[in-house]
Amino acid sequence: MDTKSLVGTYNKKGQKIVEPEYMLFEAPRTQEFMTGSEVVKEGIRRASVDVSIAYPITPQSEAAALVGELYVEGYVGEYFRGENEFAVMSECAGASFGGARVFTTTSGPGTLRAYENFPMWAGSRLPILINVMVRGVNSPLSIQPDTLEMGMILETGMLIWHAETAQEFLDFLLAGFIVAEEPDVHIPIAVCIDGFFVSHTKDMVMLPPADITLTPYDPYRSPVPCMDMEVPPIRMMRDPFVMKSNYISYATHASWQQEVRAACERSRKHTIRLIGGLIEEERTDADILIVSSGTAVAQGREAVRLLADEGIRVGIVKIKTIRPFPHEELRQATKNAKLIFVPEFNVAGWMAREIKAILPDNERVIAGPHVCGGMTMPPEVIVKEIKKVLAGRKEAVHG
Amino acid sequence: MDKIKINDEFFDIMPPEYQELVEEATYGKEDRGWKDVGVAKELIEEHSLCAGCPESIAFRYVLACLPNPQDTVMVGSTGCTSLVFPHVAIHNIHSLFGNQNAVASGLKRTLALRFPDKVKDVVVLAGDGATVDIGLDMTLQSWFRQEKFTTICFDNELYANTGGQESGLMQKGFVGKMAPAGKKFDKVPLPEIARDSGCHYVAMMTVSKPNRVEKAIRNAILVAREIGPTYIQLYTPCILEIGKQMMEGLQEMRDSEGPGKRFEFKEYISDEAKVFLDEVDAERKAKKKALRAARA
Ligand SMILES: Cc1ncc(C[n+]2csc(CCOP(=O)(O)OP(=O)(O)O)c2C)c(N)n1
Ligand code: SF4
Repeated sequence: MDTKSLVGTYNKKGQKIVEPEYMLFEAPRTQEFMTGSEVVKEGIRRASVDVSIAYPITPQSEAAALVGELYVEGYVGEYFRGENEFAVMSECAGASFGGARVFTTTSGPGTLRAYENFPMWAGSRLPILINVMVRGVNSPLSIQPDTLEMGMILETGMLIWHAETAQEFLDFLLAGFIVAEEPDVHIPIAVCIDGFFVSHTKDMVMLPPADITLTPYDPYRSPVPCMDMEVPPIRMMRDPFVMKSNYISYATHASWQQEVRAACERSRKHTIRLIGGLIEEERTDADILIVSSGTAVAQGREAVRLLADEGIRVGIVKIKTIRPFPHEELRQATKNAKLIFVPEFNVAGWMAREIKAILPDNERVIAGPHVCGGMTMPPEVIVKEIKKVLAGRKEAVHG
Repeated sequence: MDKIKINDEFFDIMPPEYQELVEEATYGKEDRGWKDVGVAKELIEEHSLCAGCPESIAFRYVLACLPNPQDTVMVGSTGCTSLVFPHVAIHNIHSLFGNQNAVASGLKRTLALRFPDKVKDVVVLAGDGATVDIGLDMTLQSWFRQEKFTTICFDNELYANTGGQESGLMQKGFVGKMAPAGKKFDKVPLPEIARDSGCHYVAMMTVSKPNRVEKAIRNAILVAREIGPTYIQLYTPCILEIGKQMMEGLQEMRDSEGPGKRFEFKEYISDEAKVFLDEVDAERKAKKKALRAARA
């Protein structure tokens, strides 16, 4: 099946199949006031999703349930509640191995329970889209947003995008399927949002019409065989490398790991085409920059306003894709900065570590402020952190 | 059925295994069965199990008895069996340890969605650790959900691949690694649990009698295709861990299948499945009769 040839035809729900570019940039949009969970429903409605498997956990339960409504309405081919997140992600794997476009969503402890599957998805080149609504994972129990779990997904081989707003979330969901499924990428993607702040608050969202949908997934564009016995099988190998020789095992594993990571890097061109750059910049000629992702950026913008009132000029770099990490873009955007603040919704400061690892003169990077376990990040906390550091370095930096 | 073809210009550069697969395959052959093991090696030729391991012959029987290999996808799990799957010439998935019934659930539903007018069989084949211990919830839940595929457990009564640790299917009192004072509880009665959990065809046996294995495999796959989940438990002793020689596997199985023994033949068939299997049998007999009449 050539999915391009389906463009302009209608699916069984009467939705017209359109190119992703049309869906994202050209289709007329109407304004709706909706929660992030409702955004999931509207995104999936327009995404030609074949299979979705669900398990409840706060704050994603509502989103997973709304996808169930879509199934009853006939927009999703198959849907059920699995027995736990590890099983759900395994069920998603089976569905994807069989050639379906697969969506699921999870959160916090659910993400960790599912974890073993993520590197397996990536290694098996399964372009599953998982929405991660981040929340605390540690004890004592918390259901509040915390991006610690994103830090734990970093090295699974998956693409990771982090949306700041409901609008961006919608666009990331739609673009995410397309980028993840490109034959030169074809790896899973985690589209992350900050739980509650995006999932549960209402926001203005510009929606494309409900009677159009993305081109469906074509399993035969996969770089690895689809497990449906439609292409001739073969006895794959005489000696399973896992047992035969350490050298063969090493060579196979190492080259495959590199290939999965290279696939992640190759996603850049498609990502730039569909969601703009990997980062967004505002006033990056300033000496002081705030660099972060998700709603920490929104709070950073408030802090910038407060600081401007005091005559301190601060710029912002928003990171949209955590994997691939925008190395070169960040180096360019921060080349004039004397101080780089990285506010984060987690205790570990993994984002600051990522940034420190790739920038020259990385003593410029201040890991903080941090909030964890669900506090909002009051802009005043960011302002305070910036002023504290400035006070200590008065001579060096002129706000 | 369309046979697989190789473009003439490429024929001589294809690996010999592949040429053979194309020329000799029994894909599409009705009434394939265990007797094809000696001649049809296209589905499995070599294996990397220990010499004499009963899993190797069990594997061959299973593959030779698939009613529809050209449209069957298998799902495995980590364990000794995962060393065999790379040699198997039908699509097979190894994802993780214990999640095989979950993977198969997603797979079967997707294949049903994508190929509504075609039979696509899904068969799970995994060890007892994967089926009964780490994966037990996923095994059972797939049965509760009435997923339409067959689960086959190679019961060697221990975790062989990691060197002989205690398994839920190990017999009580057996001293195994991680059961240093002997296993404390009885062999988990999975066939009974399978029946009560909604399996429509359940069989437990050794692989010492190929006719019986063949019949069970065919029944299980046909019932799963038409009605709902099915389960087969095959005793495939780990000769290495129980200290037997490579020629002793067959005898070990025979010794364990007599009346009152651990692997006395068991079969449960739901009423629905019984009706269906009777129809299948009647059809097959009528076909044979017609064939004989035509020849006479
Ligand atoms: C999550 C996880 N835990 C443990 C292991 C290690 N492991 C690999 S195979 C195996 C035992 C397999 O036993 P069984 O399923 O009975 O199959 P057998 O090797 O006996 O055929 C274990 C524990 C693993 N691969 N993954
Ligand atoms: S370890 Fe045991 S079960 Fe595994 S291949 Fe050897 S004999 Fe067979």
